[in-house]
Amino acid sequence: MQMPRPDPAILSRKTQVVAQLQKVLSDGVVIHDPLETRAYECDALTAYKCPPLCVVLPKSTEEVVAVMKICHAEGIPVVPRGAGTSLAGGALPTEDSVILGVARMNDVLETDYDNRFIRVQTGRTNLSVTGAVEEEGFFYAPDPSSQLACAIAGNIAMNSGGAHCLKYGVTTNNLLGVKMVLADGEVVEIGGAHLDAGGLDLLGLICGSEGQLGIVTEATLRILASPEGARPVLIGFNSNEVAGQCVSDIIKSGILPVAIEFMDRPCIRATEAFAGAGYPDCEALLIIEVEGSVAEIDEQLGRIIEIAKAHDPVEIRESASPEESAKIWLGRKSAFGAMGQINDYMCLDGTIPVSELPHVLKRIGEMSAQYGLDVGNVFHAGDGNMHPLILFDANKPGDLEKCEAFGADILKLCVEVGGCLTGEHGVGVEKRDLMGTQYTPEDLEAQLQIKDVFDPSWILNPAKVFPLEATETRRTE
Amino acid sequence: MAELVADATGPMRIQGGGTRQIGAPVDGEVLSVAGLSGVTLYEPGALTLVAKAGTPVEEIEALLAENDQMLGFEPMDHRRLLGTSGTPTIGGVIAGNVSGPRRLSSVGACRDSLLGVRFVDGAGRILKNGGRVMKNVTGYDLVKLMAGSRGTLGVLTEVSLKVLPRPEAVATLSFEGLDPGLAVPLMSKALGSPYDVTGAYFGPYHYQAPRHLHLRLEGSSASVKYRADALAGLLSGFGAARIERDPDASQQLWRDIRDMTHLAEMPFVTRSSIKPGAAPAFVESISQVWAATHYLDWGGGLIWTAASEEDLCKNAKNDRGDSSEDELTRGAKALIAAMHEAMSFEDGHTTLIKADERVRREMPSFQPRHSVVASLELGLRQKFDPRGILNPGLMGA
Ligand SMILES: Cc1cc2nc3c(=O)[nH]c(=O)nc-3n(C[C@H](O)[C@@H](O)[C@H](O)COP(=O)(O)OP(=O)(O)OC[C@H]3O[C@@H](n4cnc5c(N)ncnc54)[C@H](O)[C@@H]3O)c2cc1C
Ligand SMILES: Cc1cc2nc3c(=O)[nH]c(=O)nc-3n(C[C@H](O)[C@H](O)[C@H](O)COP(=O)(O)OP(=O)(O)OC[C@H]3O[C@@H](n4cnc5c(N)ncnc54)[C@H](O)[C@@H]3O)c2cc1C
Repeated sequence: MQMPRPDPAILSRKTQVVAQLQKVLSDGVVIHDPLETRAYECDALTAYKCPPLCVVLPKSTEEVVAVMKICHAEGIPVVPRGAGTSLAGGALPTEDSVILGVARMNDVLETDYDNRFIRVQTGRTNLSVTGAVEEEGFFYAPDPSSQLACAIAGNIAMNSGGAHCLKYGVTTNNLLGVKMVLADGEVVEIGGAHLDAGGLDLLGLICGSEGQLGIVTEATLRILASPEGARPVLIGFNSNEVAGQCVSDIIKSGILPVAIEFMDRPCIRATEAFAGAGYPDCEALLIIEVEGSVAEIDEQLGRIIEIAKAHDPVEIRESASPEESAKIWLGRKSAFGAMGQINDYMCLDGTIPVSELPHVLKRIGEMSAQYGLDVGNVFHAGDGNMHPLILFDANKPGDLEKCEAFGADILKLCVEVGGCLTGEHGVGVEKRDLMGTQYTPEDLEAQLQIKDVFDPSWILNPAKVFPLEATETRRTE
Repeated sequence: MAELVADATGPMRIQGGGTRQIGAPVDGEVLSVAGLSGVTLYEPGALTLVAKAGTPVEEIEALLAENDQMLGFEPMDHRRLLGTSGTPTIGGVIAGNVSGPRRLSSVGACRDSLLGVRFVDGAGRILKNGGRVMKNVTGYDLVKLMAGSRGTLGVLTEVSLKVLPRPEAVATLSFEGLDPGLAVPLMSKALGSPYDVTGAYFGPYHYQAPRHLHLRLEGSSASVKYRADALAGLLSGFGAARIERDPDASQQLWRDIRDMTHLAEMPFVTRSSIKPGAAPAFVESISQVWAATHYLDWGGGLIWTAASEEDLCKNAKNDRGDSSEDELTRGAKALIAAMHEAMSFEDGHTTLIKADERVRREMPSFQPRHSVVASLELGLRQKFDPRGILNPGLMGA
């Protein structure tokens, strides 16, 4: 993976730049000691690391403005950062860039139950947004598995999803407004507590723009009344095909569960060994969760089980208590950890039309044999968002490259069958060079032109999302 | 289509079915997409449908109904309200981000059901974004940007949509003659409950006229029955709710709310998207000076405001503008100007939906945006329509 060559002129001005930033920011906001900036050399895509020029952790939108004004005037690249849990290298710095982290801006600014929204500073973690409203019986719907750590800032930039998005949608469907600092330090407010855009839907464009259009400092998020209850059922099958058919039949029957999770055998075995959730040893497993009152849940699970029974399941385990529910979810929630115990892994998140599931899983199995690398599949089946976890050994020379090539082949397959490269993790640096498989040069040019409008000097996270060749003239102008 | 646009020498008025031209009137040659018609893919088991932009909405809805599915955002049919004829197309729905009463639930707006687009921009480029899968964060989200852009960034040629199962049952809880001041609090309480309310309407916002508040529940029969009773209990402090359990009656009621058919005779209609809690104060402040009637949908998040000819004549008297104009025009111009002025940026915005041609030419239909936002919008238009030929001026800036 290539990154642009750092600008030597910027590197040589490091001391002056740091001094300039320190002059306008409060104490402790600027971090420039190489030992202290170590923590910011990478995000959760740990295969790639690079020390930044320096790190700033502003405490207010005004301080973000001050940073942007200086960096804009000096032509210094800025890499926005939330909690650094990106799996795509979205928060990976270059040597000549300033990391702008919003982690210290994590206040709740307003909670409004009557109007069903919460306004927060974007450094706040995803889970603590729900934490701030759950006592009143509300929750914030998007729930990425990383929700304990990841920040709303990163969720907005990546348009993150979660297990429950089949019913509630992803970040963009739950975001009502933002306060954002543009590359030149100008502040804009877009959206608010009302539901629809008054002109062009700029909010929709900003969500998922990977830190390239502005620094989002505040967000207005829709909160929803918590359901009375929720309960899962676990169903094991002897083939991926049959499990996939079962998912399709459930959806066709008119039931819309809040979550349908899928695990294949390698993943089931790994999580069993790791978490001991008591999963059946079978080819494929579904965890389906429904919500409502006790009677509503019983009714829906009854219908789901009836459909499942027509598909020859090897096991059906309906949760009867909160403890049993937790146990059913335990294996799914520890899947990443379990795979990580076996070896290093790379997690992809290509999305496919649900009908292509059996075909794609079969092809992944064949490729796994070709590459000689194991892969486990765990994913959101209701919406076709795959999560193949490819195992490799980072200490074995050539293994990472082999894994990346395997990963690229899987993603190309996803696009080929009518899907996309990434369903929720974002492009970052990881999938940057594959963009040409999904988009034509004209499609990409149109996207670059959008960045031209928001950030004409291309200082915001410039080395991400698009193939470097495609952005070179813009970055170096 | 790409050639037509690329070879265009002047402005073009993009037209689907020609049933909902909202915004400043556009002078230019008509570019019709009605010929680009047909559903190209429909997978009920994946809840996805792909159609050419000129496909009639009716055709899509009929196909979905065969499989007990629907467009979750229930697009309104503008024909009765606007007095237009023609066949509404899916492209026109998406270009206007047209969403019905279910907007307030987790189903969301039209833009939330849109998964992918193909379009021809003003330079004649054929572009695509998104796809036909429900989750896609590959590159920037031009799908959302195109929804509601009303043909000013490009001509949609194909769209893919997420569809939803049609609820097995529907019921409506109604409260009659409620004090208008209690309407939004009641709806907020209902929407803050776990009972998954998918419609919340009150109107007219008037202290004398007969007024109705309706709440909709949808789902399986047993579930709807349970929630209707539970919700009535929760709201008993506001009075006794009448529960309509006949699905046909409920469906008709919500279709009328969706299409605002009872405003069909009104010469002047606006929609305001607003923080629900701010709706009463906004309505009261307008009502103090201006003659008009207001109706709340989306739990107060959407205000429909309508003025009759008589109202407009009254409003003309409040206006100090050009007195050579006829009263109806002056009254309408003054009212929309007052509404735009009364609405603060933080609370929302007002869009002119229906008025005579002169008013729509001379007044901004869309609430003017903050200057930084306006310049971003302008910047985007210049990139996608460098010659300014696509519905020029329709959305203002
Ligand atoms: C006498 C008279 C009075 C009228 N009065 C009113 C009035 O009071 N209020 C009013 O609003 N209209 C009024 N109209 C206009 C009327 O609603 C329509 O007949 C109009 O002529 C054309 O509608 P349309 O094609 O823009 O609508 P639609 O085809 O329904 O399109 C809606 C919007 O989406 C855009 N669009 C459609 N398809 C696409 C696509 N594929 N890609 C991108 N964009 C697309 C259109 O440009 C338009 O902005 C009046 C017309 C007449 C003749
Ligand atoms: C174990 C694990 C499980 C995960 N599970 C999921 C999952 O289920 N679903 C899912 O969608 N993702 C998941 N992720 C990925 C990741 O958590 C999400 O992408 C998350 O939203 C990143 O948030 P962050 O605050 O850590 O952002 P960072 O990693 O700090 O940054 C991510 C991107 O956001 C940009 N950014 C950060 N702050 C701002 C700002 N203020 N303004 C503008 N741009 C900004 C950055 O430049 C970068 O491009 C998982 C990650 C891990 C490690």
